[in-house]
Amino acid sequence: MSIHLFNKKTALTLALAATLTACGSDNDDNMPEPPPQPQPMEYSYDITVLNLTHEQPLSPITAVLHSDGKMWDIGMSSSVALEKLAEGGDNSDFISQESVLANASAEGPLMPGLSETITITTTDELATHLTVATMLVNTNDAFSGLTNLELSTLDVDASMSWHLNVYDAGTEANNEAEGTIPGPADGGTGYSMVRDDVDMVSMHPGVVSLDDGLMSSVLTQAHRFDNPSLKLTITRTK
Amino acid sequence: MKFKTLLTSVATSVTMMAASSTVSAQDLEITVTNLTQGLYFTPIVAAAHNGDTKLFSTGMAASPELTAMAEGGDISGLVSVLSNADANTVENPAGGLLAPSTSTNFMLMNDEGNQYLSFSAMILPSNDGFVGVNSWMIPEEAGTYTVYVNAYDAGTEANDEIRGSGAVGEAGMPVPPPLEAMIGMNGTGVTMSETNMVVHVHRGNLGDDDMMAGKSDINSSVQRWLNPVAKLTVVVK
Repeated sequence: MSIHLFNKKTALTLALAATLTACGSDNDDNMPEPPPQPQPMEYSYDITVLNLTHEQPLSPITAVLHSDGKMWDIGMSSSVALEKLAEGGDNSDFISQESVLANASAEGPLMPGLSETITITTTDELATHLTVATMLVNTNDAFSGLTNLELSTLDVDASMSWHLNVYDAGTEANNEAEGTIPGPADGGTGYSMVRDDVDMVSMHPGVVSLDDGLMSSVLTQAHRFDNPSLKLTITRTK
Repeated sequence: MKFKTLLTSVATSVTMMAASSTVSAQDLEITVTNLTQGLYFTPIVAAAHNGDTKLFSTGMAASPELTAMAEGGDISGLVSVLSNADANTVENPAGGLLAPSTSTNFMLMNDEGNQYLSFSAMILPSNDGFVGVNSWMIPEEAGTYTVYVNAYDAGTEANDEIRGSGAVGEAGMPVPPPLEAMIGMNGTGVTMSETNMVVHVHRGNLGDDDMMAGKSDINSSVQRWLNPVAKLTVVVK
């Protein structure tokens, strides 16, 4: 008996609900609700760099998001923004290039043997590619990094890793001379607008050093490096 | 019984079709990029060939044909070897030297059975240094593939690093233009001997900073390198 009553009540409730729904539907025709506010999708990436060199501090790790386009390539002339980063470790022009949609920089240099993570975040749907760059500061114009990495294949929580080689910006001759190297080996000038080298990006031939017979060099055996010089890991967190 | 035989023969023909599709001809678009700042590559030889053919083998003594290429940039011997093996060969796609940080791009269509890709060229300035890829298996799947390439030493000539000859058995480095104006002179010689006489990874140029004297005629600030020295990009159509 009680079961029968319960069934009747349920049926009534369902019928009432159906009626209310029908009423609501009628009201929608007269008073449309405001469309839902579009929630901008946020994309976020953790960028971790490990300095694999013996005695080459890295200038503040720099990351930028942009649309499709390489920021350097073998055989291409360096932009002035890249030249400033590669000769002096100064990324202020690099992160304010017209094509940059989001940027992130480390607070200070990254010493050999250490790693550091910076985070870059955007809601810009056009920010589909990533470039990471840093200078090996005990050199004339050596830099490392990765440019124009397409991010669309990277799912949330997925990560990718690379061992990176060293490029030569080709904007300053590798004379290793006193006053030309901004790192602690010299404390010299960083960027100079003079281009006295091949004026194209290539792989770096390595530093020679005074110990290996370059009499003009302020560098020692300790500043030599080999490929790879960086380990880079990118993890998408959002 | 008759039905079973029919099934077997169908299965066999399907297998044969699959097998033939894995070795059928492919169109390959190939780019060789010289990644260095100061090295030139002599005329390149590139080929798709069978599994029994090799341009070089690390840990093995260089063939006479490889020696001629590595000491003097002469690819004619390697081209003959490839021709005798019915390889699909491209000679000198850059039309001479491939300058630092430049690329050469060419097409190669491989015949059935020529599933391995190799290329090589001498590096200048060097005594018997060369860049090359040995028997890279061409993927069946269409796509773009990248191979980073190291520099090797043929192990056939002492790395004295001074001006000399590109002829096999003669000491010194060949210095064709524009190299003759880019390197030093009067070097006394870095070494007189070559103790490792098999193909091995090149230890790099020593060089020095004296263009008129010193041990080496190579400029240590410009004509050294770190591996990789080249990039091979293959687009399988």
